Amino acid sequence: MVAPWRGRVGHGFVAVAYILLAACAGPQSTLAPAGPAARIAANLWWGMFIVSAVVLLVIVGLWLYALYRTPCDHDAVTLRRIGQRWIIGGGIILPSVSVAVLLAFGIPLGHRMLPLPLPGDQPLRIDVMAHQWRWEVRYPDHGIVTNDRLVIPAGRAIDFHVGSADVIHSFWVPRLGGKIDALPGRTNVLRLRADQPGEYRGQCAEFCGAEHAHMVFVVEALDAAVFEDWVKTRKP
Amino acid sequence: MNTTASEEQERLHAGFHAVWANPRGWRALSLVNHTTLGLRFMGTAVVFFLIGGLLAMLVRAQLALPNQRLLDHELYNQAFTMHGTVMMFLFAVPMLEGLAVYLIPKMIGARDLVFPRLTALGYWCYLFGGLILISSLFLGIAPDSGWFMYTPLSSNVYSPGPNSDFWLLGITFIEISALATAVELVVSILRTRTADMSLDRMPLFAWYILGMALMIVVGFPPLILGSILLELERAAGLPFFDVTRGGDPVLWQHLFWLFGHPEVYIIFLPAAGIVSTLIPVFAQRPIVGYRWVVLSIITTSFLSFGLWVHHMFTVGIPHLAQAFFSAASMLVAIPTAIQIFVWLATLWTGRPLFRLPMLWLVGFLVVFVAGGLTGVMLALVPFNWQVHDTHFIVAHMHYVLVGGMFFPMVAGLYYWLPHVSGRMPSERLGRWGFWLTFVGFNLTFLIMHWTGLLGMPRRIYTYGAGLGWDLPNLVSSIGSFVMAIGIAAVLLDIALHFRFGRIAPPNPWNADTLEWATGTPPRMYNFASQPGCATRHPLWDQPELPESIADGKHWLSIFDHGRRETLGTDPVSGKVREIFHLPGNSWLPLLIALGLAVVCISLLARSYAIAALAALASVTIMLRWSWVNGLHPAALADLRTQLGDPPLHTHTFDGPGRWGMGVTLIANASLFLALLFGWFYLWTVAPHWEAPAASPLPWFVLLPAGLLVTIATLWLRRIVASLHRGTAANLQMQFWGVAGLGLAYVAVLVQVLSTAPLSATLTAHDAVITVFLVYLLLHGALASILAALQALRVRRGYVGPHAPYEPGVVGAWWLYTLLTFWLTYICVVLFPVGWGGG
Repeated sequence: MVAPWRGRVGHGFVAVAYILLAACAGPQSTLAPAGPAARIAANLWWGMFIVSAVVLLVIVGLWLYALYRTPCDHDAVTLRRIGQRWIIGGGIILPSVSVAVLLAFGIPLGHRMLPLPLPGDQPLRIDVMAHQWRWEVRYPDHGIVTNDRLVIPAGRAIDFHVGSADVIHSFWVPRLGGKIDALPGRTNVLRLRADQPGEYRGQCAEFCGAEHAHMVFVVEALDAAVFEDWVKTRKP
Repeated sequence: MNTTASEEQERLHAGFHAVWANPRGWRALSLVNHTTLGLRFMGTAVVFFLIGGLLAMLVRAQLALPNQRLLDHELYNQAFTMHGTVMMFLFAVPMLEGLAVYLIPKMIGARDLVFPRLTALGYWCYLFGGLILISSLFLGIAPDSGWFMYTPLSSNVYSPGPNSDFWLLGITFIEISALATAVELVVSILRTRTADMSLDRMPLFAWYILGMALMIVVGFPPLILGSILLELERAAGLPFFDVTRGGDPVLWQHLFWLFGHPEVYIIFLPAAGIVSTLIPVFAQRPIVGYRWVVLSIITTSFLSFGLWVHHMFTVGIPHLAQAFFSAASMLVAIPTAIQIFVWLATLWTGRPLFRLPMLWLVGFLVVFVAGGLTGVMLALVPFNWQVHDTHFIVAHMHYVLVGGMFFPMVAGLYYWLPHVSGRMPSERLGRWGFWLTFVGFNLTFLIMHWTGLLGMPRRIYTYGAGLGWDLPNLVSSIGSFVMAIGIAAVLLDIALHFRFGRIAPPNPWNADTLEWATGTPPRMYNFASQPGCATRHPLWDQPELPESIADGKHWLSIFDHGRRETLGTDPVSGKVREIFHLPGNSWLPLLIALGLAVVCISLLARSYAIAALAALASVTIMLRWSWVNGLHPAALADLRTQLGDPPLHTHTFDGPGRWGMGVTLIANASLFLALLFGWFYLWTVAPHWEAPAASPLPWFVLLPAGLLVTIATLWLRRIVASLHRGTAANLQMQFWGVAGLGLAYVAVLVQVLSTAPLSATLTAHDAVITVFLVYLLLHGALASILAALQALRVRRGYVGPHAPYEPGVVGAWWLYTLLTFWLTYICVVLFPVGWGGG
């Protein structure tokens, strides 16, 4: 038997969790990850957010305490020691350790997002050419061309080869992963994967002129079999 | 006893006032006094701040609701571009430089900045540049490519209108002002500290300003170069950033952020200087760890030049480089954390008084530390790829800039208000202002992190409903209006205090630094006599100092020679070395700035003939400025000094001009190195770079020029050496000889430039070489003119064994001309041979 108050607290937690999850949802939310790259970034965010919040509260708390505590008289040697302790502990050790920990986590995680050679299934290549203000999508293996709509197989790594025909744009599907700039004269490669079939909204992230706000596209992830069918119907 | 002392004070005050007072009426346009010009800088900056703030209100109003139609994309793009531009270039930097211009001489015990006419020139360039830029808003053709002006969007292909030209020309004009002021602050801090104020007794604020000014000197030239190149590409078709002709748009990003990241610390350092000044005063004890703070300032200044790539993590830069810049970006957290804990330790061990400025400092701490923490997050590459160019960045950057600059700035304003006006601000309205600003700010920007995490990109003028962005945007917009009301309350408080504030005692906060010995409001000459500085906290350790200064008990208490003068001291030990005699009021700064404004406007209108004429006129006036110097009777009428006083600087080998030249050449070298960087960058990275099989500049064509400039420079060095020995003979003829060689050097360069097979509009390769040649040409021409002017000054008797220091100043310019020539020769002529192209 569960005590009634426990039940209420339990409901409370569920409600809070529900609100938080709802607040994280959204068609372009980086906190509703639908692929490995986005998941890494979201986890990094939550970890860093919690640690930063604690650090902020502690520092501000210490300041306020220093402002309001009853001052006490110290001799010069003690004063010096107190000062050095704060400066070395808070000014050098705290940031050095935090930075070391962060890099130790972050650099390997970032490495995992890179378009490195895969052991088994090879990634599908899709060429994305940005224009003012549309996305031209080509499937070099299949000879398919689309506009503002990318159809991909779910569960398979995709290498997007991104370039621009005019100004700089940036290719970004927040629920799948980070962005990569589309530059004239260059091709950048971004690897993303959608775990589940579904529609994922994408948007240009680099200011590109008048209609920058409307340079939106959709990534449609299909089951592998459905994707094959789609390729067959679209093949010229 | 007391009455005689005050009679003596009256006599000294009347005498010094006659020498230093500002002219009234329309002649006030010619004044050069640092106190007045510092206030003008700050007053003008506040006006631009209000304009920038109104633009922010427009942006927030447009984004308050989805599918809002208040602004169309054209207006919105202008509004956000100009908001960033105005706040960075027309508010933050000039405001802080204005504060430094006002405070630095007073804090270091000097009577004025070391180049008073340059202060005025800096102000006028700032004002005119700002007006030109703002006028574009009213004409409806304001810059609209973002404050970062990324090419190719800002190129003439994608932005054919004059919008981008306003940015490039206007900002360059304003940067001249920032640079001029920075050069002057560096030299003033290093050379005009009062007697015995060694570097380790210098107030921390001066250390911070020294760091800021040196960063401006090194950090602004890359952007000036970038702006010149982009304007050349837009107006004359020289491709530097056009990828199809061998340029690279990413080069612009490098040049921009090479400036842009240090800019953040340029803004933060002086604000942190305010914090480090106020905390000890309100804690009523010396700062804990003075040396730690100095070390942090130096580290921050250096590190901040190694971080710029963290603005470009999504450009597709090699990953090893990204990891390097990621680590470097996080390292800067260490000097920042040291300062935060120094302040904490000072409060901890002191007896803090909670006055109004302290409230703003607590606000600063909360906001800035939060911004710093998100900054560390952003330095982590995999996280950066997600949130880069989203509203998360907008939030982070406002936490850093508003927290790191605006909050301490207001604290400083409240702290120094009694100094300016002699009146105390009110505590009550001030508290309302603080709380409204603080709550409004956090309401606006705290939730904006969330908006960014929900995937809202920056710089979009509208968004659809149902993306989860509606509520956070509405909250942000409401918050921004609360913040606006708070800032209005602060401004109202400040305005009212000039009339209703109660009269302030001479040192109302019981501060330790010398600016509180100049009187409230300050006397125009600051100090009737310049005190020796025996400690880091002169007013705490010698409370009688303000009296003895006014009594004329210290250095340079004579005024009847009618000369404006201040002590010139050793840059490290602060030992007295010379008397710097300073120029008085002058119309030349205003005239030059007007000339440059005409240049700027006619370039905008593309009337190049007028631009050339106006440029010629400006240069002529500048030469006139350099003429009225040293022993020229209009600059120095009376040469008498007192027994025991050091010599006037004109009679020595070391004057402020030498130091000014040195710092200017550092800025110049930064520009030149940025050009070299561009050359090598394009050569190695640009996707379509083409170097011709046969170089347009074979190894022999430039050699005669090299020979000429080398002989001339060596000759000039011999002249300077003979002046040092006191054996100079035939000075005038020798200077004419150097000038003649310089002219021949220029002639060779002109000949090379006109005959070499350069197609500057077709390939980036030839365009960059053309820029190198023109750069050398301009330097050679100026060097020749300066040598010729020295010949004329020898004839007039302004220069000679009795007044030997100017040739050394000119010599530095010649040496620089020589070095840049040979560096160009090695990198542009020899290096391609080694690399097998051209």
